[in-house]
Amino acid sequence: MPVWTLYGLKQGKVSQRWPAVGGDDGQSGVLGFPRFDPAQCQSGCRDCADACLPQAITLKEGGGVNVDYGRCVQCQLCVTACPSGAFTLSSDWAFGVRAREDLVWAQAANSAAGQMLKREIRKVFGRSLHVRHVDAGSCNGCESELQALNNPYYNLHRLGVFFTPSPRFADLLLVTGPVTYAMKGPLLAAYEGMPEPRFVMAAGTCACSGGTNGGGYACGRGLDGLLPVDVWLPGCPPNPAAFIHALLMLLQRLPQRVRGGHLMEDGDGR
Amino acid sequence: MNAPLLQDLAPSQLPERARALLESGGRLQMAYAWFPDGAIELRYLAAARPKVFEIWRVRPENGTAPSLAAVAPLLSWYEREIADLCGVRFEGHPEPDPLVLLPGARASAPPLTPGADLRIDYTPQFARLPEIAGPDRADVQVLPFGPVRGDVLESAQFLFLYIGEAILHYLPKLFFKHRGMEKRFEGLNAPFAPVLAERVSGVDSVAHALACCQALEAAAGCAVPPRAHWLRVLLAELERLYNHLHYLGHLCHTTTLKVGEAQGKYLEELAKQINGRLAGSRFLRGLVIPGGLHREPRLDGLRESLARLQEQFAPYAEMLETSTTHLDRLITTGVLPRRTAFDQGATGPIERASGLDRDLRRDHPYAAYDELKFPVALRTAGDAHARQQVRLAEIESSLALIRAVLDELPEGPVHAECTPPPGSEGLGWAESPRGSLYYAVHVGSDGRIARMKIKSPSFSNWRAFPFTVHDTNMMDYAIDEASFGLTVAGCDR
Repeated sequence: MPVWTLYGLKQGKVSQRWPAVGGDDGQSGVLGFPRFDPAQCQSGCRDCADACLPQAITLKEGGGVNVDYGRCVQCQLCVTACPSGAFTLSSDWAFGVRAREDLVWAQAANSAAGQMLKREIRKVFGRSLHVRHVDAGSCNGCESELQALNNPYYNLHRLGVFFTPSPRFADLLLVTGPVTYAMKGPLLAAYEGMPEPRFVMAAGTCACSGGTNGGGYACGRGLDGLLPVDVWLPGCPPNPAAFIHALLMLLQRLPQRVRGGHLMEDGDGR
Repeated sequence: MNAPLLQDLAPSQLPERARALLESGGRLQMAYAWFPDGAIELRYLAAARPKVFEIWRVRPENGTAPSLAAVAPLLSWYEREIADLCGVRFEGHPEPDPLVLLPGARASAPPLTPGADLRIDYTPQFARLPEIAGPDRADVQVLPFGPVRGDVLESAQFLFLYIGEAILHYLPKLFFKHRGMEKRFEGLNAPFAPVLAERVSGVDSVAHALACCQALEAAAGCAVPPRAHWLRVLLAELERLYNHLHYLGHLCHTTTLKVGEAQGKYLEELAKQINGRLAGSRFLRGLVIPGGLHREPRLDGLRESLARLQEQFAPYAEMLETSTTHLDRLITTGVLPRRTAFDQGATGPIERASGLDRDLRRDHPYAAYDELKFPVALRTAGDAHARQQVRLAEIESSLALIRAVLDELPEGPVHAECTPPPGSEGLGWAESPRGSLYYAVHVGSDGRIARMKIKSPSFSNWRAFPFTVHDTNMMDYAIDEASFGLTVAGCDR
């Protein structure tokens, strides 16, 4: 066994300082949500909406399109379909928001900053948050990235966030998947088992809206109307840095970056 | 890819035909049903000899067909699934319980019936358990574990019948995650199919998109450009790489080898970051589409990053194979005998660790695999250690295959037009990191997908897994499960 200790020491420290200054978030080259610029739209064109399987892009009555990032699975087909460059590739992935409306594209990003969480959250949970994860029918992409949070690169423990087996010890219920008929009961039981104050994160596009997989004979459409959601985090799946951003945003240790479907450079300052 | 041979059989011919197939060393691969022109039709996929698949087409009489579960036990789950989702009755099935629909779930019509718009009415019920006999029956305890389990895990429920440390019988209750994915393909045009296929089992995104697109390409009869074929091999092997590295880290977690766990998961992270730079997606999504690839992947720097990864992998693999505390927990744990592996339909690294020399990449080559030379890893012990060794060897051969692709990659376009005509059908397959994956597509008269059958490797391996758990002990369970490397999403769909 000492040989493993020696081997481990020889590997050196690989954990990143991110989100502290100078840290690497590890997402070089990873695509985020397509950016939308309606000024480039051609009138009467519906190519993007026709190319969008989860109906994140829908036609507006009277022309133009609605874009809901809470439904987007980042397949990037709209970018290819658009003849005029209204949708462009981006690396915008820090899409955790407190209010679901902030995922819907708006001309001016002037919606009020997301609703304040209970004021004490930073004081009570700021240094230690315990998370109970429930898979309500995911494709396992979200689980793969959640498991990555505890690898030495992201090393979630350094930020004081821990996964816990029992809902009785959990502060946050982190839900993935569109909620299948069979997982609805166990999911609600896990929520009921949590002490208050308790928080809920809809993680991944499935949990936000059902994405491509929701609906049908066996699935719901995510957590909307099922549980009181404190943070919505779309992404298919959200990458580990996006998960970390959303967790720290819940704790008011990082600002919300997205408002009205726009990624802000400096966030909302909280 | 050779086109499968389509043969019509009467229901009464099925048992004899299945017996003849097995006696000649062949194996059934999957079975499904669909509804051409409103009438139900069964399809059986058989691997009779190398490079050629047979498809048996059977019209049930009065909605019934003879069960083949007693002849070919691996068909038991397929027949139960067809009964649940398509309403066919299989006469003489030894275990005719619902499988995909949970106990207490009632659908107003079989969910795959065309046009059926239905919801499932669900009042949870406890699963039917096997009868327990013998003098100690009063001491036997039942432990239902799940569907919400500890840590970050997929949802499934496991029932243990046990006395103290000894497990007498083990029953996995899956399909809590059944999302009706096959039904969601219906009515879609071909370009949407891989978007959905990539979201059936996220960690097998490439394999699913590949099998799905190959099925559509077979239906369309289109020719994929050579460069796309070679790049598909590259993507498939990158997927195998990060999955197997994750597997090793997780296996170390169960044998409490902490540094081994950290290193395995760190190497997995490096592999995923390589994917992110190459494809824009850590799961390599969005590249494989019908007719080839959506765009060129970014190959610059790939060779160097993989060389660095391999430099770190080699000493890690050696450490895993020489650590007695780790090996002590693996050797003789979760033994899957060769015969059981064959009968119950084990696939991929699981069957190859039990001495079954089968690999779709070599036996039924697709993409550019027929132009590449690679060893098929084989072990015979059938225990958790053999399964680790097969994965270690496959990581080596994946790295070699990627280098070979980079050396010999032909120039040219990566996409050709591909539109399956109305009324066409096609079969696609891929050797995913977990084993054989099949997609069967039927295109309707409107040119849209009328039926998409998905046979995932985990559906096969979950069927075989309990045979390694009965009559073992609790202490070994987590190691045994990790050594199988199963997904729930792929199995449940």
